[in-house]
Amino acid sequence: MSPAPRARRPVAVVSFAQAHNVRREDERNEVEMLMPVVAEVFANIGITKDDVGFICSGSTDYLVGGPFSFVTALDAVGVWPPRPESHVEMDGAWALYEAWVLLQEGEVDAALVYSFGRSSPGNLAEVMALQLDPYTLAPLWPDPVSLAALQARALIDAGKATEADFASVAARNRKAALSNPKAQVAHDRSVEELLGEEYVVAPLRRHALPPITDGAAAVVLAAGDTARRWCERPAWITGIDHRIETHAPGARDLTVSPSIALAAERAGVGDGPVDLAEVHAPFASQEGIVLEALGLAGAGGAGGNGGNGGNGGNGAGLSVNPSGGALAANPMMTAGLTRIGEAATRIWSGDANRAVAHATSGPCLQQNLVCVLDAAWEGA
Amino acid sequence: MTMLDTPIHLEYTFTPGIAQSRFLRGLAEGRFVGQRCPVCGKVYIPSRGSCPVDGVPTGEDVALPDTGIVTTYCVVNVPFAGQAIEIPYIAAQVLLDGANISFMGLIQEIPATDVRMGMRVQAVWVEPDELGPTLASVKYFKPTGGPDAPYESFEEYL
Repeated sequence: MSPAPRARRPVAVVSFAQAHNVRREDERNEVEMLMPVVAEVFANIGITKDDVGFICSGSTDYLVGGPFSFVTALDAVGVWPPRPESHVEMDGAWALYEAWVLLQEGEVDAALVYSFGRSSPGNLAEVMALQLDPYTLAPLWPDPVSLAALQARALIDAGKATEADFASVAARNRKAALSNPKAQVAHDRSVEELLGEEYVVAPLRRHALPPITDGAAAVVLAAGDTARRWCERPAWITGIDHRIETHAPGARDLTVSPSIALAAERAGVGDGPVDLAEVHAPFASQEGIVLEALGLAGAGGAGGNGGNGGNGGNGAGLSVNPSGGALAANPMMTAGLTRIGEAATRIWSGDANRAVAHATSGPCLQQNLVCVLDAAWEGA
Repeated sequence: MTMLDTPIHLEYTFTPGIAQSRFLRGLAEGRFVGQRCPVCGKVYIPSRGSCPVDGVPTGEDVALPDTGIVTTYCVVNVPFAGQAIEIPYIAAQVLLDGANISFMGLIQEIPATDVRMGMRVQAVWVEPDELGPTLASVKYFKPTGGPDAPYESFEEYL
């Protein structure tokens, strides 16, 4: 394999905004949900839509059942005069990747990235089945909870995790979510209490499942001096990479994630100490797989110790999902971008110096993106 | 060879949004409700809640008359599955007086060969007890007989 590509042009996350995550947006359409988020992401750093040279969004029309809803969503930005714009039928984290690539080319200095996901208009379990192989898998309508349960069962059978581990992950994330004003589900419950819940699909109980969420998020990326002008302590993207595994879950070892491991290596996760990880593990059973593949296992994630007792990287404390992660709110096509935004927020504040953000897509962590954010451009 | 059908059917609850709901409720009362952009002043009907030029909420409701002009039109001669109207019929873009965007409407009470760009039209509503939050509340638009609008007055809406 060729050496991992390193970011050549310094590009940073300089602003982030997200909607209040809710189970159901009864009144507003996607444009009305997005408008305040886009307005906030610009207002945070005192810029306007005219200050970004590129716009990229992530969403899927299957959620609302409206063709080209991603085109009408642009009305939330007001793209006049016209400028380069793109869309990915993926989580906004991948839209951010596209924007980052364009910024590397040097023609524009700033980009808006946004995503939105309204899961409430349809039956999410049915909608998600349609992302599967259309010939052999989708016709069986396997719902995402059942697929995640197969993965959780494989973990238990392999001796890699227990149901108590899943409950521990859920308890820690939802407790952390108590300090996240945008969280949909937040509470302080003991592992013992959670283990008393009924199974939804064994071995997954209610607490191990992500909520169904309507939400939206936006990020501004900026390069070099533009980033320094707009943000006192930019979250520089020192490495970013995404990898995918086969579309056949039955052909994978669901207890490991080679795609995350490869993306983490290419993004340079292990090149320095990591003090914060925002990982996109919609099911509590998946967090351990993600952390292990990132090389951060045992550093705060699996212990259920509030995320401050581990020894990631060079021994510094590692905080995992201080936002509560996708267990606190899981807007489709948005929760991955939100992880990058949440990680960047803690770099700006000085709470973290070097953070890893992860986004996932597809059944059982099929596709993954890893992004390393650093307070210092040369520090990595 | 074995053929296997795997039907796919999804059901959705449509949320028109705050602005479009006002438009739809207006139709149920037999009137057109648009919204104005606070930045550029343009009036959209129906509004999706934002000005697509400025990206800001269109908060101000604007009552619009049910008269306007045909900006452009098409005579439909081709039958297709699910067709509800007898051919030939005229599908036109109608620009209501005071609006800055046109929407599609049927033109009737005039031979297809006589329809013109710039022709003045007025909405013909369904009976009051048939009104609902749907564009079906407008049966069609009919010519008013007034003088045609000059091309220059609507060329930016084509």
